[in-house]
Amino acid sequence: MIVSLAPRVVGELREIAGAPHVLTAVEDLIAYGYDATWYEARPVAVVLPATTAEVAAVHRLATRERIALVPRAMGSGLSGGSVPLEGSLILAVPRMNRILEIDEVNRVAIVQSGVINAALQDAVESRGLFYPPDPSSLRQSAIGGNVAENAGGARCLKYGVTADYVVALEIVLPDGTIVRTGGKMLKNATGYDLRALYAGAEGTLGTITEITLRLLPKPRFTRTALAAFARIDDATATVRAVMASGLLPASIELMDRLTIRCVEENAPAGLPLGSDAVLLFAVDGNYEAIVDEELATIAEIASAHGATETRVAASAAESARLWEARRAVSPALARRTPNKLGEDVCVPLSEIGEMVRRIREIAQRYDLQIPVFGHAGDGNLHPNILCDRRNREEMVRVRAAAREIFEAAVALGGTLSGEHGIGLLKKQFIELDVGSAALGLMRRIKDAVDPLGIMNPGKIFPDPGGADAFDLP
Amino acid sequence: MEFVETKLGFQEPDVPPESVFNQCVRCGLCLPTCPTYVETLVETSGPRGRIALIKAVSEGRLDLTSPGFMHQMSECLDCRACEAVCPSGVAYGRLLEPARTQIERATAERRPLFARLVRGFALGMLFSNMALMRFAAALLRFYQRSGLRRFAHESGLLRGLNLESLEALAPAMSRRFFVPSGELRRTTHGVSKATAFMHAGCVMHVAFAEVDEATVRVLTRCGCDVVTPRDQGCCGAIAVHAGEMELGRKLAKRNIESFERSGADVYVVNAAGCGSTLKEYGHLFEADTAWSERASAFSAKVRDVTEFLDAIGIAPELGRIDGVVTYQEPCHLAHAQRITAAPRRLLASIPGLILREMDESSLCCGSAGIYNVTQPEMAGRLQERKVANIVAVDPAFVATANPGCALQVAAGIRKAGRAIEVKHIVELLDEAYAAYKPTSRASSARAASTLA
Ligand SMILES: Cc1cc2nc3c(=O)[nH]c(=O)nc-3n(C[C@H](O)[C@H](O)[C@H](O)COP(=O)(O)OP(=O)(O)OC[C@H]3O[C@@H](n4cnc5c(N)ncnc54)[C@H](O)[C@@H]3O)c2cc1C
Ligand code: SF4
Ligand code: SF4
Repeated sequence: MIVSLAPRVVGELREIAGAPHVLTAVEDLIAYGYDATWYEARPVAVVLPATTAEVAAVHRLATRERIALVPRAMGSGLSGGSVPLEGSLILAVPRMNRILEIDEVNRVAIVQSGVINAALQDAVESRGLFYPPDPSSLRQSAIGGNVAENAGGARCLKYGVTADYVVALEIVLPDGTIVRTGGKMLKNATGYDLRALYAGAEGTLGTITEITLRLLPKPRFTRTALAAFARIDDATATVRAVMASGLLPASIELMDRLTIRCVEENAPAGLPLGSDAVLLFAVDGNYEAIVDEELATIAEIASAHGATETRVAASAAESARLWEARRAVSPALARRTPNKLGEDVCVPLSEIGEMVRRIREIAQRYDLQIPVFGHAGDGNLHPNILCDRRNREEMVRVRAAAREIFEAAVALGGTLSGEHGIGLLKKQFIELDVGSAALGLMRRIKDAVDPLGIMNPGKIFPDPGGADAFDLP
Repeated sequence: MEFVETKLGFQEPDVPPESVFNQCVRCGLCLPTCPTYVETLVETSGPRGRIALIKAVSEGRLDLTSPGFMHQMSECLDCRACEAVCPSGVAYGRLLEPARTQIERATAERRPLFARLVRGFALGMLFSNMALMRFAAALLRFYQRSGLRRFAHESGLLRGLNLESLEALAPAMSRRFFVPSGELRRTTHGVSKATAFMHAGCVMHVAFAEVDEATVRVLTRCGCDVVTPRDQGCCGAIAVHAGEMELGRKLAKRNIESFERSGADVYVVNAAGCGSTLKEYGHLFEADTAWSERASAFSAKVRDVTEFLDAIGIAPELGRIDGVVTYQEPCHLAHAQRITAAPRRLLASIPGLILREMDESSLCCGSAGIYNVTQPEMAGRLQERKVANIVAVDPAFVATANPGCALQVAAGIRKAGRAIEVKHIVELLDEAYAAYKPTSRASSARAASTLA
């Protein structure tokens, strides 16, 4: 394993990207060693290219020298995807941050992979267009990272996830070959769908340099409502009932008791403290009367299912405050304990009540605090196990509880990850979910595309004989 | 293979608290708010990177005096934008200031004697003794006005002494200084609502005496008695930001005692940078219970002048000032003190004045104390970025609430060859009160309605 690059290789990297954009100081290696999980490692160097040609040149060099390459966008990942394994070179894309084109006729945007999600949203919305995927990390995650993790978000209930918006990609294969796939058209049945392959590939099959995204017209009205419940079961029953009613809200988000408390401690948004659960709904459309009526119907359904309070946000400011609060949930939970293990299970809508019950039961059995929040409307829950990594005894319970949560999700017909990806965090559990045949097919694809195994090694696929990955690397 | 070598770590006192950096979950939300991150797009130059480095030093993985660490602790503007958005509640300022103190202590012997003497004199004497500061300011004023300055520039003397950037930073000194007299100035209208202790400031009272004077006029006009005790001094911000915690504590004690003796109800400050330091005196005395209680009680009474005026309600007799104003948010007001609405409400209450928001109004302008001297390149980049954002809204005035920002923005505007006036909010209020004509009914009605 390489622990430092030969000066000759560093020299070549400097020629490719320009000297200021190649970092080898120990401080830089520390700063590029993490994402939003607790994993930490040290790359051998960091390169920040600005163009596709530079990315391809870095790939060719890495192939020639057999250096592992880890693409990194904003490092907000929640599965350890951009954490370098020992000896890897970080290829960071934040300098590739140009919106290349917004085509209003074809309703697409072409962006480089380092464009921040929120920057794209602002740019298209100023032209009456709309890019729906809105991960809670929209201000601190880039489109490249969103595609590589197939990110979701609150609005994905109605509008679908990142992959549903990718109509074309420019990809640099491990050996430096540049592939362009797709175009500005919305339909494409020519050959294998390579865009789908790269959405969620977590940087293990190459580096994405340019993305063409489908846009929608921006709905003219969006309204937010909140419903509070004395029992979380009533909240999940409401979610099911709303979805069965024939309505399709843009978002249905769930926050449980502990989540509400942490959010209010962070920045008071007026959530009803003391409720067992809160649902946040967004309804959008082009006709105000219809939007209001749908919201009223939802409030009725919530009340019929035991909501103790329903409230429609009176102003755009109030609604912005509520969504801002919702987006801050994950970091806000960390106010309680030094660490947390954030999970991302996704179950069929019909099982969401049962999943929440099982999580609570597991929390009780292992004597742990596991607040639950998430995109309830699409069955995607984020149970976060609060913990202190220095407490060895507690970590034994944390591990066991995490495993049981995964098992419960799979048993209910769900999956390990709805939107955060597998990375390091869940790789030891992947087979439990996809089975050995599908895992074998994924391995064959990986080996065919990246025969030298230089792209983001150690991610997604389990280590033989590894117990779990919670403490790695 | 790992080499095991001993790294120089943090040493008591003033160690960056583990409980603070461990609070960071690395969500990255702070990155896009950080001026040095958005300029460089390099993780190491962002808050999350800096916190990781502080943690690495604390855990013995990085040397306190490693060049990259010292650079990052210096390149950080201490603007606290990261702290203001952090959902996890990481009190970044409580990491940076002790980290700087640690570096300061560890490297003190290594600096050349001359540099140590200049620094020692500036911090230890000038900022500790306001009479001396006024004397130095008078000399500086003579230098700036007498032609000596031109001589120093043209002769290459400054370059020779390596003092060019420092010299350029020195603000133009006021004609008169605002010397705390100890006298009590009574409210000019009605019964007194409160007695305000007026913080004259160190740089403020010699370089921005007009702002101090305007502050007294506006406060007394709005129904307050104002005292300016003589025994007050510098708030200590310059010392604390430079990593001189001991000196910071000494200055803090003096102001706390001065305020306690004055019997005033509130401690009013017109420089956001001072205000945030004064409001955080508690942190300086964490290891000293008796003083920490006094300091916290003191800090609870500190108010920025915009915050205070907004809270007591200003007198409605404001005259017209016609033109567009844009507001440059001082970091230490918006981020450290989280005051953003009050300044805007005050500006909006002046008839004729139209508030037009610039982009990135809360992104640091690059001033940050002695940052121009320590990080001239980054300071220049941020200044240009700020001026471009200001020019884009084409204002007649830039309003701000901190002397450092005013200097930096004014210098940038001058460089860009634009004629935009930079004013403190209280100066605009003061001018509006002066411009008031009792007959103009429309304007008073307007003023009254904006206050309602
Ligand atoms: C507070 C918070 C809230 C979050 N909320 C959500 C949410 O609601 N929904 C959601 O889906 N996720 C969420 N996330 C997770 C995370 O933000 C997403 O996974 C996001 O898509 C990661 O983007 P990034 O730019 O930070 O990528 P990084 O973390 O840098 O990288 C993520 C993965 O993508 C790969 N990658 C990055 N760039 C490229 C590229 N150009 N080419 C190929 N591979 C690449 C990396 O190798 C890595 O495997 C949240 C995270 C945080 C901290
Ligand atoms: S916002 Fe707070 S928790 Fe998130 S990375 Fe920044 S300092 Fe850490
Ligand atoms: S204080 Fe300002 S410059 Fe320093 S890390 Fe925070 S946001 Fe960046």
